[in-house]
Amino acid sequence: MSFMFTVSPDFSPAHLSGWYIFNTWLQKQTELAFHLELYDDFHAQTDAIKSDNVDLIYANSFDAAMLMRDKGFLPLVKAKGKSDEAVIVVNTDNTVEDAAHLSPGIKVAYTDDPDVKMMGMIMLEPGDLDASNIEAIVVKTNVLVAKKLLKGEADVGIFLAEAYEDLSKIIKMQLRILVQSEISVIHHSLMIGPKLLDKRDEIQKALLEMESCAKGQGVLESLGFSGWEKIEEDEVEFMIDLVDALAM
Amino acid sequence: MINDMHPEEIIGEFKEVTLNLYNSVARKILYTEVETPYPDGKLIVSTTTPEGIITHVHPAFIEMSGFTEKELIGAPHSILRHPDMPPVAFKGLWDTVFSGEKWQGYVKNLRKDGGYYWVKATVIPNVRQGKVVGYTSVRRKPSRTKVDECIALYPTLF
Repeated sequence: MSFMFTVSPDFSPAHLSGWYIFNTWLQKQTELAFHLELYDDFHAQTDAIKSDNVDLIYANSFDAAMLMRDKGFLPLVKAKGKSDEAVIVVNTDNTVEDAAHLSPGIKVAYTDDPDVKMMGMIMLEPGDLDASNIEAIVVKTNVLVAKKLLKGEADVGIFLAEAYEDLSKIIKMQLRILVQSEISVIHHSLMIGPKLLDKRDEIQKALLEMESCAKGQGVLESLGFSGWEKIEEDEVEFMIDLVDALAM
Repeated sequence: MINDMHPEEIIGEFKEVTLNLYNSVARKILYTEVETPYPDGKLIVSTTTPEGIITHVHPAFIEMSGFTEKELIGAPHSILRHPDMPPVAFKGLWDTVFSGEKWQGYVKNLRKDGGYYWVKATVIPNVRQGKVVGYTSVRRKPSRTKVDECIALYPTLF
């Protein structure tokens, strides 16, 4: 029997091969067959979750609510010391110094990542901006968000902070961070579905021990992580409540 | 546990008033006109018991309130209550969350040093196995336009 493993579509392209390496490592450690399926966008991933096709997922906080409350998933681990933050970015030609001074009607570019959009829109609120008075430009990738800014087709871009950092130096030289979130408590979680719950302790143990062997360290490095930290249901419930409050 | 405020903890010229808080507790408030601007990009997060006693605080809450974590944990959330906030606003908050709904509004919060800061606050009930086990309050930077509207409106609600 094969289980389906997927990774939230907002993962950094630089770590694409890392997730395949991790999947191989996980299969060897657990002697379970995992098939890694990566979706192009959140819409396709949500459809797979709703159809009960997913058994293991590195999920963002927005999806954690549906996974835990509707689909019976439980959290395993999160990446050590990592949290999801968003940045509001403008072209260096833009003279605005404070998000509160941005005007209604501006063009805002972002991807379909719901967490990042939510965090970004919160940072635009001090300027009385919301979905009703901005022109939204939704694009497929963070590189396309950057291109919209560089071409002057968007006034503001919203990025996952990590994805912005991964952009090339040449691109970043032409852009400027206007605001960076410091939320600290929103993060991705590796979550396990109902068909694998009897293996939860075993998989969690293997993940937590990963950083203490050379091979495991190499795999973690390919993901850009230093190790995994255990997370309990309470912590994820707290994060879901927080996202719920922020989405209002 | 909630104590009266003391002049030695206040920064700047202050006024004095006694507020009747929830559960008929009276508190002597010393407050100034010093505003601490809300920092960009940060969230102030706290959780309480169903009775409004603080159980968890986020670092930004400690920074903005001026209290230590030790002072905040176990204190009622009304430790932040500013005399310029009309009681009807908090009645609306509690009526809403007691009925299981989310509440959102603009709040002028009191700091330990007598100063204040404005927030856009959202309070949601934490429901576990169908039971409310507490409340989470998330505060974010408000728009100045909304704050100015509240500065004009709130004095009319007393």
